[in-house]
Amino acid sequence: MIRVQKDDFDIGAEIAALKAKRTDIGAIVTFTGTVRDQDGTIGEMTLEHYPGMTEAELARIEQDAHARWPLQASLIVHRTGTLKPGDNIVLVVTASAHRDAAFEAAKFLMDYLKTSAPFWKRETGPQGSRWVEAKADDEAARTRWSPRKDAAE
Amino acid sequence: MRLLYFAWVKEKTGIAAEEVDVPGHVATVAELIAWLKTRGPEFANAFERAEVIRAAIDQSHARHDAKIGGAHEIAFFPPVTGG
Repeated sequence: MIRVQKDDFDIGAEIAALKAKRTDIGAIVTFTGTVRDQDGTIGEMTLEHYPGMTEAELARIEQDAHARWPLQASLIVHRTGTLKPGDNIVLVVTASAHRDAAFEAAKFLMDYLKTSAPFWKRETGPQGSRWVEAKADDEAARTRWSPRKDAAE
Repeated sequence: MRLLYFAWVKEKTGIAAEEVDVPGHVATVAELIAWLKTRGPEFANAFERAEVIRAAIDQSHARHDAKIGGAHEIAFFPPVTGG
């Protein structure tokens, strides 16, 4: 399941909803990304996205993860709009019978989300505002996963 | 054809979305970018470093050599920075 929203999310409530009335899940992994302000230069961060494609791309990534690992359930929640340092940005939850699939799928989902979901961050601080630049490390993290045989690229 | 611009591409072109009649000889994303650059200084500036700009055809990532025939919506944006 995927959601793009302005509101914050409650990790505990999301996990509870994901495993409600289920007994086949043996492992749940969550990843939470938050707004970081290492040296006091960020007053706020604004997240722009491409409505329509964002949801389509997140659904494609999630579908890809389910094709690669035996997942019982998964959830991606990504926030948009204006956030402050410390605020939640993104939540990924993966659930599987055994832990390996959930751990690997959570990393896979984040690596793909970071390089293909159409979100753009703009940081604002005392020095003005600027668009955050994409990192080569993120691209390298994604390319560590081998493409699926039926992938377009 | 509907064109969309995001993040700094949007700021530089000065518009978020527009409907355009693309000339018949424009067949690929790269050719569309080359044509857009002729539409004024804002566009020339926005697409100056064409190689860093990403494109999506009908809400799917597309390479610059992708054919645009039959597309309803083409978007241009910088490398993504979500997560």
